[in-house]
Amino acid sequence: MRKVVTAPAAVLSTPGAEVDACDPGIVELAGELVAIMRASPGCVGLAAPQIGVSAQVFCVDVTGHPKAATTHGEFVLCNAKIIEASRWRPGREGCMSVPDLTGDVRRAARIVVEAVRPGTGEPVTITTDAFEARALQHEIDHCAGKLFLDRVAGAHAVYQRKVYL
Amino acid sequence: MHELAITVIGPDRSGIVADVSEALAEVGANLTDSTMTRLRGHFAMTLICNGLSSQDAERALGPLATGGLIATVRPVEPEVDEAPAGEPYLVSVHGADRLGIVAAVTRVVAAAGGNITDLTTRLTGPLYLLVAEVDVPPGTADDLGERLAVVAAELDVDVSLRRSDSEIL
Repeated sequence: MRKVVTAPAAVLSTPGAEVDACDPGIVELAGELVAIMRASPGCVGLAAPQIGVSAQVFCVDVTGHPKAATTHGEFVLCNAKIIEASRWRPGREGCMSVPDLTGDVRRAARIVVEAVRPGTGEPVTITTDAFEARALQHEIDHCAGKLFLDRVAGAHAVYQRKVYL
Repeated sequence: MHELAITVIGPDRSGIVADVSEALAEVGANLTDSTMTRLRGHFAMTLICNGLSSQDAERALGPLATGGLIATVRPVEPEVDEAPAGEPYLVSVHGADRLGIVAAVTRVVAAAGGNITDLTTRLTGPLYLLVAEVDVPPGTADDLGERLAVVAAELDVDVSLRRSDSEIL
């Protein structure tokens, strides 16, 4: 199983390419992302660049998270784009690729995302809110070569991580 | 009325803020603005106070030197009220640690007429992070963004410049 890449790493700063969601390699990548997310305590999402693959693929599962409202369970999306974003709220984020820091980031608490599912290439529109919306925006950022460090809310909005899950 | 700019730094331990603020309070110092934080195991205090002479402040803080705290005191002129001259922006820079990241980035900001109002850097493992709050002259942010991109490419780091959220209720 591939290891999670940590910053600084070029792959984390490079916009991922759009993918052919029906490509068997992408289906395999999707499975690998889910497997690594499952094996990582506290992990609620993982994007392909985080395992060294510059591609617009990520998985998310915020099931049972105390800050979640709407949840869609475990899912993998390819070529995801945010179509609508509203209700901007601050919140604390961490990242397996930035293991020693957390930061306050303003994200939309309600979003609509269009993407395609790996394997079938079926287009999908996801409307969600709260923590799942935050997780999706964080992962879509990874696919665009962005880290939460690029969005922290101020000079005093970065913190040394005190608790590792 | 003059004010004093005081810095205190020393190895972090419990009670530094209490010791320093108590010593100052006993000689009538009124603390106004301050920042106090821990930097790689050192506790650093920067504060402005009034109501006492610099000699009194130095005398009050002198005994703390035995505990490893280094204090400096100097009189400063009170702030002149000025409306913010620029638009509030945030700069994030992150990448592999190397010599001169802060110097190069802040020189670009200064050359563009930007004024840094707050800045934090963190080194964690090989990752260096800089987050700065900058007042940018109106209408010049795009130009600053382009200049920052050039210096970031030279330093092989990532940079982002974005408008700071200003929510006023």
